[in-house]
Amino acid sequence: MTHNFTVSPDFNPGHISGWYIFNTWLQRAINEEIHLELYNSAKEQRKAIADDQVELIYANPYDATALVRDKGFIPVARADNKADEAIIAVNHESPILNVEQLTDGTRISSTDDPDVRMMCMIMLEPAGLNKSNTITIQRDAYILIAKDLLKNDADIGFFLEETYNELSDITKKQLRPIVHSQIHVIHHLLLVGPKLAHKKNDMQSSLLSMADDSKGAGVLKSLNFERWVAVEQEEAEFMIDLMDTLAE
Amino acid sequence: MKDMMPDDISGEYQEHMFNYHDGTQRKALFTNIETQLPEGSLIVSRTDLRGIITDVNQSFIDMSAYHKDELIGQPHYILRHPDMPAAAFGDLWKTVQQRNKWYGYVKNLRKDGGFYWVYATVIANVRNGDITGFTSVRRKTSRTKINEAETYYQTL
Ligand SMILES: Cc1cc2nc3c(=O)[nH]c(=O)nc-3n(C[C@H](O)[C@H](O)[C@H](O)COP(=O)(O)O)c2cc1C
Repeated sequence: MTHNFTVSPDFNPGHISGWYIFNTWLQRAINEEIHLELYNSAKEQRKAIADDQVELIYANPYDATALVRDKGFIPVARADNKADEAIIAVNHESPILNVEQLTDGTRISSTDDPDVRMMCMIMLEPAGLNKSNTITIQRDAYILIAKDLLKNDADIGFFLEETYNELSDITKKQLRPIVHSQIHVIHHLLLVGPKLAHKKNDMQSSLLSMADDSKGAGVLKSLNFERWVAVEQEEAEFMIDLMDTLAE
Repeated sequence: MKDMMPDDISGEYQEHMFNYHDGTQRKALFTNIETQLPEGSLIVSRTDLRGIITDVNQSFIDMSAYHKDELIGQPHYILRHPDMPAAAFGDLWKTVQQRNKWYGYVKNLRKDGGFYWVYATVIANVRNGDITGFTSVRRKTSRTKINEAETYYQTL
């Protein structure tokens, strides 16, 4: 039986081949047939999850909440030294230096990645901004958000920090972050669904020793990960509680 | 809990004697000095069922001005400010014990006698159907909201 694996669509497109290489490695490591299916948007992916078409997922913290609490997924691992943080950036010529200078009617360019949107909307609260007094332009990719800022089609852009850092140097030179989140405890998680749960221990031990052999190390490099670390149920539950307190 | 010590306080201070819900007392010392929460930071803590702190993050430590080991194992009222009405916390406990999310504006007292305002949310940690503790996350809010909360709390 083939199991379906997917990755939250908020990763950098430059890592697509990395995820395919990882999938090949994983199939050998745990001796299961796994098919990698990448969706173009959070919406498409959520539909696949709702239709029970996903059994293994590298999920953003927001989706992890529903997967663990409602769908019985269990945590396996996360990337070491990679917390999910968000950045709000402006065009480098913008007069805006901090959040509190923003005013009603601010134009936001954002993807539909729910965790980044949530973190960034929270960071706008000190300016008294919310959904009702801002205008959101929704884009499919972070590079389009950068473009909106460069063309002054938006006043601020919402980014996953990691994705922002991976923009080209030329692009970054024309942008300026005005605020970084400092949450530290929110991560993407690798989760297995009930049908593949019997492989959790195998998978976890393979992942934890992945950095030790040269092949595994190469795969990690293509994902831009240092190594995997184990995540137990309570750590995931804690993160989910935290997401719950932040959700509207 | 030990009284607050004049040596720890920066600036001119006033005194207030707290009578906490558990029957204990503490002399609090407080000043008019406000510390701003940095933009983008979230203050996180967890407590057991009685409100004893079990876990805090670095932002919590930084804003409270206590050391981590002065916080873990202490009741969460270690941060209570004399300007906060008891009714606000009564509502907090009632809400989270019913497994609902509580949110509100809170003025907290620092170890150095100063204060900081946050927008706080608190939820129950439910594991296998039972409440095992509580989690709170606090963040920066707008001056307008702080002014509204201040006015409202004076009426309680
Ligand atoms: C998770 C959690 C977080 C809390 N955070 C605070 C806080 O930041 N400041 C505070 O004064 N009380 C906080 N409380 C409420 C205190 O437990 C306590 O009820 C309050 O300080 C009033 O104390 P008293 O009723 O004993 O006088 C928190 C309670 C919980 C469960």
